[in-house]
Amino acid sequence: MAKAPSKSKSSTRKNKLNREEALKFYRDMLLIRRFEERAGQLYGMGKIAGFCHLYIGQEAVVTGMQACLKEGDQVITGYRDHGHMLACDMDPKGVMAELTGRADGYSKGKGGSMHMFSKEKNFYGGHGIVGAQVPIGTGLAFSNKYRGTDNVCLAYFGDGAANQGQVYESFNMASLWDLPVVYVIENNQYAMGTSVARASAEIELFKRGISFEIEGEEVDGMDVYAVKEAGEKAVKYARSGKGPYILEMKTYRYRGHSMSDPAKYRKREEVDDIRTHHDPIDGLKARLLKEELATEDDLKALDKEIKDIVKAAADFSLDSPEPDPSELWTDVLREVESV
Amino acid sequence: MAIDILMPALSPTMEEGTLSKWLKKEGDTISSGDVIAEIETDKATMEVEAVDEGVLAKILVDEGTEGVKVNSVIARLAEDGESASDVEAAAPGAAEEKADAVPAEQSSDQSDKDAQVSDKAGPPTPAVSTLKDPTVPEGTSFVDTTVRDALRDAMAEEMRRDDAVFVMGEEVAEYQGAYKVTRELLQEFGAKRVVDTPITEHGFAGLGVGAAFGGLKPIVEFMTFNFAMQAIDQIINSAAKTLYMSGGQMGCPIVFRGPNGAASRVGAQHSHDYSAWYSNVPGLKVVAPYDAADAKGLLKAAIRDPNPVVFLEHELLYGESFPVPEVEDYVLPIGKARVRRSGTDVTLVAHSRMVGFALQAAEKLAEDGIDAEVIDLRTLRPLDTDTVIESVKKTNRIVTCEEGWRYMGVGAEICATVVNEAFDYLDAPPTRVHQKDVPLPYAANLEAMSLPGTADIIEAAKKVCHV
Ligand SMILES: Cc1ncc(C[n+]2csc(CCOP(=O)(O)OP(=O)(O)O)c2C)c(N)n1
Ligand SMILES: [Mg+2]
Repeated sequence: MAKAPSKSKSSTRKNKLNREEALKFYRDMLLIRRFEERAGQLYGMGKIAGFCHLYIGQEAVVTGMQACLKEGDQVITGYRDHGHMLACDMDPKGVMAELTGRADGYSKGKGGSMHMFSKEKNFYGGHGIVGAQVPIGTGLAFSNKYRGTDNVCLAYFGDGAANQGQVYESFNMASLWDLPVVYVIENNQYAMGTSVARASAEIELFKRGISFEIEGEEVDGMDVYAVKEAGEKAVKYARSGKGPYILEMKTYRYRGHSMSDPAKYRKREEVDDIRTHHDPIDGLKARLLKEELATEDDLKALDKEIKDIVKAAADFSLDSPEPDPSELWTDVLREVESV
Repeated sequence: MAIDILMPALSPTMEEGTLSKWLKKEGDTISSGDVIAEIETDKATMEVEAVDEGVLAKILVDEGTEGVKVNSVIARLAEDGESASDVEAAAPGAAEEKADAVPAEQSSDQSDKDAQVSDKAGPPTPAVSTLKDPTVPEGTSFVDTTVRDALRDAMAEEMRRDDAVFVMGEEVAEYQGAYKVTRELLQEFGAKRVVDTPITEHGFAGLGVGAAFGGLKPIVEFMTFNFAMQAIDQIINSAAKTLYMSGGQMGCPIVFRGPNGAASRVGAQHSHDYSAWYSNVPGLKVVAPYDAADAKGLLKAAIRDPNPVVFLEHELLYGESFPVPEVEDYVLPIGKARVRRSGTDVTLVAHSRMVGFALQAAEKLAEDGIDAEVIDLRTLRPLDTDTVIESVKKTNRIVTCEEGWRYMGVGAEICATVVNEAFDYLDAPPTRVHQKDVPLPYAANLEAMSLPGTADIIEAAKKVCHV
């Protein structure tokens, strides 16, 4: 029997941080932030085209969740996927080269920003159709159970995606069959220009599993430690064979939905307020300094290191050649080896 | 070293824009992520956010300036330790160098892009001559209108005329439409008739069908037809089949509309042409106009039609302007093709955006002495085969042009019909121009190779003319 969904406000705020872990979180979040800023710039220069959805503001979610996973666990998400790929330890060069549509990109330039995958890193995409990743992630969990592994799948989706019917069809099956999947709802308050309140009858999305007997919890998605704490509980639950779990991450996207966004649906002050008072990176930075786990100079050096990684990725993505014309015809079907 | 801030592009096709507002002034300290300015095109507004940190040393383009070229330097930042005056005094040389460097690096891309504009992804110039629509009375005046506004006007006129008509879809109301096709409808008709839905295509398509069964005339906008695949069960199993299954009791007057086919560099999941899919289904009507006048006249007809109509628009045509007749109530018949250019040597059949390429191809073919007739199908179901057969009887050759794939496609249907009904008139095998048989790739070069364009039509036409 599932318990009633709860709002978890607890965080390890009072406990002392582990230096190594704290610095890793800081580094991982900063890498995503700087990578995304650079992607935005390359878009502005016409080097990246089509749709490009930046993850700036939401870095704590993937960073904290990734810390809960072990070898073989899978990750799947929608089109706002650059942060997830970096968190899965995919190479920033390969990700950026896919954004520029070049031969060295993760999909050889054929997928673009929204459609990237790495089987090696257990990252299953990168999906352009809102909500489609949810049943697919549920199917990955099905395969885990079927094969008898104790792996868990994290299926990420947005507050807007939470209104797609297939999400509920997935919830039902996952709960019915106790599938090891954690549904991570990244509630960044908006789906394009539509706020949660304008699209959802029940705005507390962590309650959306109630009628499927799925436990749900609301989490401060701007605090990497709160994310990790809730994530560990949820992943442990799923891994132990008890079935799915829902985490609603309260987070925020600073940038427009995609690159051209009229930004008329929210006030500048709202964005500024969150950036000034709730930024996940600034928040952790302040804690690192306060608890004397790092000095300003340590962090400056880290900043520099990350700047260099991102610059190298950008340079690589511009130097990489366009895919060979013959690639147009490859990868449509696999060869049949023997019948 | 000073850092240049460049005019960014909002979309791959944007070449220039208006720098509407500076939100920072010279001397302000800037951190990455700060909004420093707002820029604008006819389609959208965007905030320019800083990537680098420093002090805004110099603003080079005043606010309110129009026609600012993408990638031109609009301001300069002084980095840590530099003073603003250092930048002003010392930077021009360095910055000039960089300003040169960027366009130089761009130029190869740019020429690729230009190549696309003339042939593939870019919009065809509507300058190509088109036969007058015989249904428009002599002496009618015309107003240049974008396809986007023509569609909007059609909806607005029909909503004024009949209060059972309403529009719903994602971002159609407050956001004014993801592609601004429903611009200002909310202001005129209010939230009861211009309804923002959650992202739930299957749900709202089904709800629309129910509303139509209940006596309303819904216009259901799909942000793009790619997302209508979520809803296709309701479109086909509920909207298209119920009249038949109910022995004629349950009519479903509904329009499913939105952009269909390839946009620009958005990858396979967002670039699918569904013409052949919907056209396969009895119980549906399928309309796919090319120019603004047809978009308007046919959308009005679709809204009035007592049947479910799938109305396929094209994102890359939305911003194109065409003359629209100033006629009180401009409604065109569904199911009638239009001969856009008359010719004697070969028939080019096209719909939607391919019509522009076919017209361009015809102009070029004329230079080589080949006189092509161009038929704009306008409606795919019911298909106006009479117009096509009549033309083939005259030209004895046919090339079909579609943006989608060849297998089981629109061209296949037309060629089969021609073979059936005009076999003895053919001087060459019917030939098809179409997208390459792969999911549409993201990379610029592969995308251009994959999509059919003017050159492909010319080549096919020459082949059937044995030139
Ligand atoms: C089925 C489908 N419908 C519509 C779209 C267009 N679309 C892309 S993103 C988006 C908003 C999704 O918002 P949310 O789920 O909150 O995710 P976020 O963008 O905030 O990360 C929409 C409507 C789509 N890609 N797929
Ligand atoms: Mg959202």
